[in-house]
Amino acid sequence: MEATKTDSHHHGTDDHAHHHDPGFWKTYIFSTDHKVIGIQYGITSLLFMLVGFFLIACMRWQIAYPGQAIPVVGKILEAVLGSEVAPGGIMSSELYNSFGAMHGTIMVFLAVLPLAFAAFGIYVVPLQIGAPDMCFPRINMASYQCFLAGGIVMFVSFFIPGGAAQAGWTSYSPLATVIPTDGQTYWLIGMVLLITSSLLGSVNFIATIIQLRAPGMTWMRMPFFVWAQFVTAFLLLLAFPPLEAAGILQLMDRVFHTSFFLPSGLMVAGQPMAVSGGGSPLLWQHLFWFLGHPEVYVLILPAIGIVCEIIANNTRKPVFGYKTLVYAALVLGFLSFIVWAHHMYLTGMGTKISAFFQTTTMIISIPSVIILTCLFISLWGGSIRFNTPMLFALAFLPMFGLGGLTGLPLGFSFSDIHLHDTYYVIGHFHYVVAPGTIFGLIAGIYYWYPKMTGRVMSEFWGKVHFWSSFIFINMVFQPMFAQGMAGMHRRMYDGGATYAGVADPLTGEVVGIPQKFIEMNSFISIAAWMLALSQLPFIINFFYSITHGKKVESDNPWQATTLEWQTPTPPPHGNFDKPIEVFRGPYEYSVPGHDADYLPQNEKLEGEPKTEDAPDAQPAPAQ
Amino acid sequence: MEIPYNSKPRPDTGLYNAKVGIWLFLASEVMLFGALFSSYIMLRVGAPEGTWPAPGSLLKVGPGAFNTVVLILSSVTVVLAWASLKFNNFKQYRMFQGITIVCALIFMCVKAYEYHDKFTHYEIVLKEGVTHYEGISHGTGVRSHLNLVDGHLVNQTEDEITLTVHPHHDDHAGHDHGAEAHPEEHDGDHSGHDHAEHAHGGHDAIQVTVRKSDIAKMESYGPWHSTYLAIYFTMTGLHAIHVIGGAFVIFYIWGPGAKMWKTDPERYVNRVEVSGLFWHLVDLVWIFLFPILYLL
Amino acid sequence: MAGDAKDFKTYVRPYLMVFGVLMLGTFLTVAASWFDFDAHFGSHWVNMTVGLLIAVTKASFVVLWFMHLISEKQLIYLVLGFTCFFFVGLMGLTVWAMQDFPNFTTLVGLD
Repeated sequence: MEATKTDSHHHGTDDHAHHHDPGFWKTYIFSTDHKVIGIQYGITSLLFMLVGFFLIACMRWQIAYPGQAIPVVGKILEAVLGSEVAPGGIMSSELYNSFGAMHGTIMVFLAVLPLAFAAFGIYVVPLQIGAPDMCFPRINMASYQCFLAGGIVMFVSFFIPGGAAQAGWTSYSPLATVIPTDGQTYWLIGMVLLITSSLLGSVNFIATIIQLRAPGMTWMRMPFFVWAQFVTAFLLLLAFPPLEAAGILQLMDRVFHTSFFLPSGLMVAGQPMAVSGGGSPLLWQHLFWFLGHPEVYVLILPAIGIVCEIIANNTRKPVFGYKTLVYAALVLGFLSFIVWAHHMYLTGMGTKISAFFQTTTMIISIPSVIILTCLFISLWGGSIRFNTPMLFALAFLPMFGLGGLTGLPLGFSFSDIHLHDTYYVIGHFHYVVAPGTIFGLIAGIYYWYPKMTGRVMSEFWGKVHFWSSFIFINMVFQPMFAQGMAGMHRRMYDGGATYAGVADPLTGEVVGIPQKFIEMNSFISIAAWMLALSQLPFIINFFYSITHGKKVESDNPWQATTLEWQTPTPPPHGNFDKPIEVFRGPYEYSVPGHDADYLPQNEKLEGEPKTEDAPDAQPAPAQ
Repeated sequence: MEIPYNSKPRPDTGLYNAKVGIWLFLASEVMLFGALFSSYIMLRVGAPEGTWPAPGSLLKVGPGAFNTVVLILSSVTVVLAWASLKFNNFKQYRMFQGITIVCALIFMCVKAYEYHDKFTHYEIVLKEGVTHYEGISHGTGVRSHLNLVDGHLVNQTEDEITLTVHPHHDDHAGHDHGAEAHPEEHDGDHSGHDHAEHAHGGHDAIQVTVRKSDIAKMESYGPWHSTYLAIYFTMTGLHAIHVIGGAFVIFYIWGPGAKMWKTDPERYVNRVEVSGLFWHLVDLVWIFLFPILYLL
Repeated sequence: MAGDAKDFKTYVRPYLMVFGVLMLGTFLTVAASWFDFDAHFGSHWVNMTVGLLIAVTKASFVVLWFMHLISEKQLIYLVLGFTCFFFVGLMGLTVWAMQDFPNFTTLVGLD
């Protein structure tokens, strides 16, 4: 494979000099090129991730040292948001609640989802299937713009009178409906925009993967990352609309005073509400969690896809059980639609329906375990290269395992009675998303950076980033399991002080949360701030390497087999400089008899039979 | 740079890109309206006995049925328009599609009339002990233990409101306020048909002028009035937004976008087909909305 | 052109027939609502079932013929099949879950 010598480009720059010059606006802002849009999504979502991190960093001070003014930042909060919510730099309970609700919302919908699905997917998937772009480039651009609009609405809500939404990222009615300030309305409008963006994106992804695969790229030759994005897109397509419906209903409740989620006889502040009544808070919960559960698989699947790519590449052998992985992902996606009420065990549902959801919840753990097992076994007998992306990908495996295992007691209603709404749940889902998904995404950034920029990020600082993040992230979330089991509930703005254990003077029995678990709060908070600091080498490395990083010597620095590495660096408009034809599966590493230890998908070998599976070869199946 | 299979179908799937895209989008719309239909079922099943309004009592069946016919007609014309293009008859396509757009406008006008009708329909609760409005409590649909005046707005001044009150106005849209709703007896002749006839100022309608100082509470029959009206306005409102959006896209392709018929006819026909598919979904939703909200 | 017109008429005849079926369905559904099944069967459920059956039939005609689903490709059937399954799941499971709460829309009387 001849390496194409290209000039080192800043990411997003296309060398249009020899074609036409569309100008700055069409190239960088209103571009319909999937690579530009992918980077736009990437930068925006990473910025929002910083915002989300900032919110929790502030909250962790209040949790660890309730009632004390936040140093430095406290004064800024007071100056910007007002003395009502941050008197003297101390976080009030309203501010804590809105930071908490927005931390969840921003991290899930504005950071992880757009980064994992949109940014990586839009950039990489067309390249990996050998397509010149996504199926609908203008819809691609529209979906980013909707996303940006939704993000701006969410962000602006912090600065309106009354502040941002305060009813948790789950926005349960009646609380979300009766809060008199406008933050919740902004949240709902923001969500409608974000959901629209997601729907446009999902349609685009599925159509692209179905229609634009290059000749020879059959379904079972697609990289697992593409399969993961395919399933994710379907989850978003079918699960988001009910939340959009619920959002519309809650907007009607708030703006037009309907009672979709307000039961009759509801009293607020001692007065009966002047509404018609006749609604149900449970209706909101069902509609919300119908999305809420598939959403978590949306968050994890792209990261699993990325980890799979990196593991195959850095073990120099095919992934174990490719077909199994594919079927497991499909089954996982399918089952994810019928488990949602395991978030609602404590609403008083009857035993039959509870048993149904417990059963489906237990069954869904099977494909998850299968996927994890295949990835673990893939390491066996591999020639492992411990570069930075591989370190993050390797760490993903046990971290996701821990997160998944801790989900089991939550999936059974009898144990969930004790653990629901405690810090145990926070520990569980953060393990899957933070050292799980986010590590996978960081691995992806280090892995695909050379393709996007033509330079490599510093390995040394990458390893510093990895080890510090890995150690601190475990220090943050590990103790939460213990806290949760000791009874510390979520969303308590004083870190549990109100429920602190008091020893009975006669028996000595402690009732309430034992003090040692409350003391863990400061340990966790310090670890969280150290985790934040650990991201600095990453951020600096990221920007510094764009201009000063070591240039790649070839278009395929990782010696990978998948198609995105068979393009010029960075890929030009239209992606491939010659027509692509695919001859083999995605992970042909260490093929016996071949000199190089990798065999790209599109490399034609002497005497290899012409592929029969090209799309032009077979007509559509007769009806 | 050309995106393949924009006009010509891909051999192994047999589909062109936009068709895949539109069916995926329609699947998501099915889930959206499906969630709203599920909500309707929830609210109706959960409504206490007798509080859900009888069919035809709040919404007249006539305009609803008329709108159903209009939309079905537009569904036919949209497919006839596409067929005309397949037979290379651009003029005929223009005619049929024009009818589609007109049908959409008619639909919206009827909807606007219906909405207006409900927003000018008021329920007045008189203050405790107010007894000097003659003839109100007898045979004009007022429950005897509540002081209600229920009718359409005729005139409003600074101190008075005049309503046209209709007889036998069996409004079961329970205003719960913590009080128990007494269901009216549903005899044989109080079918939906009867209500439709009487609802529009039939011969027994009387005009009542109420002093504002006697009013404890006044509310129009908007979405806030009951969960039935809430789900009605929300679902038909969202549906109407889809009607407007779909009609606009069809109009654009019919008018300003018709240039493509000369430059890329195959892709143009695909656009007409795809926008037609969306329009059919709009019709489909209404086929369910009409009986559920007006008849059942 | 005359030949074309005749071909066109033959081509669109199925659509016009479906139109006729839909008009009939609309008439039937309004007529059925006048007929008071409640008094005869003692339950509003019959009325509902009849109304929904007619609606589903009309919808099928629109989908199969106007939207060409009857001659559509396998892929589309797959997408719609999954969608229907999940829609039924959402509706069915939510209704089932609510069965355990006899009065889930009111707090009155829950002392």
